[in-house]
Amino acid sequence: MSIFKKILTAVRGGATEVGEAIVDANSTRIFEQEIRDAENHLTKAKRDLTEVMAKQMATAREVDRLKREIAEHEGYATQALSKGNEALALEVAEKIASLEAELAEQQTAHDQFIGNVERLKDLIKKSERQVSDYKRQLSMVKTTDSVQKATAAITDNFVSGNGKLLNAKDSLERIKAKQQAFDDKLNAAEQLEAESGDKSLEDKLKAAGIGAQESSANSILERLKNK
Amino acid sequence: MNIHNIAQYLNDLGDQASTGYKFDCQPIAGEVDVLQVTIEGREELPIFVSVTDDQILCITYLWGEEEVISEKRGEMLEAMLEMNIPMPLSSFAKVDNKYVVFGALTIHSSMDDIEHELVVLSDNAVDVIDDMCEYLS
Repeated sequence: MSIFKKILTAVRGGATEVGEAIVDANSTRIFEQEIRDAENHLTKAKRDLTEVMAKQMATAREVDRLKREIAEHEGYATQALSKGNEALALEVAEKIASLEAELAEQQTAHDQFIGNVERLKDLIKKSERQVSDYKRQLSMVKTTDSVQKATAAITDNFVSGNGKLLNAKDSLERIKAKQQAFDDKLNAAEQLEAESGDKSLEDKLKAAGIGAQESSANSILERLKNK
Repeated sequence: MNIHNIAQYLNDLGDQASTGYKFDCQPIAGEVDVLQVTIEGREELPIFVSVTDDQILCITYLWGEEEVISEKRGEMLEAMLEMNIPMPLSSFAKVDNKYVVFGALTIHSSMDDIEHELVVLSDNAVDVIDDMCEYLS
């Protein structure tokens, strides 16, 4: 069963059996322990990976060294042969044989390390995905539990406070009425300020043509014409 | 991060909130700490905030199942699903027999983020009830 189904079943079941914990606290603790164990394994796997990668690099260097040495000795053997020194050539050939045996050994080890690195990387990826999935599931279980408990606390609070969750429509009406009252108050204040302020009186005087008038180009022209 | 830090921050804001709203916070005791946040002028729609290991949950109750006009229930649920994505930051849910809007924030959210979340949630709740009145008795 998926975690979603489990939670749904628990929540629906919980609605009929009040007081029963949605999630058994003990199983949550076990689950948390499992996550910690998995994380420890992951840390160890990462350390192992580092070690194996170091070994892989060491064998790669060794393989290179042996290949160079073999090529070098092949050169020596050819030179000995061209100088007619068969005995020396044979001795060099024996050295080459032992180097080749060592090379084969190192090559095998190197290939194994490459395989190990691949396997460990896959394992780490898989474990990381698993740990994050466990964490997600645990978070869902804990959130469900927390919401249930919070709801219980909220409900208790309303009951003890003699309060009651209002009907949605009534709530909206009240909120709108308060908003309207606030807006009305604001409008009234603005109006009051406009009416009682000096600005209002000046405006009225100006409109009535009383008091200092602004001189405009037109009024100046008019005055000049009248002279 | 816990509900007491959040309460302290919101109460200290006073009239200085950048959002223009005034908050009042009351912690509710229980097995899980819950903070009841009310916004001035909207006392009827409190927001309940709880903090879990990795999330901050903000929930507002919308209406109860008993308020839904039964023959319009299917239509209402569909409208809620359709509105779920366009509605900023909040989502619909059902807790017991009550429909809710909620928002979840990471535990690493800033106080500014939480304040913003609460205001948007409150605005959403008012708008949703206004829009969904036709399905309610």
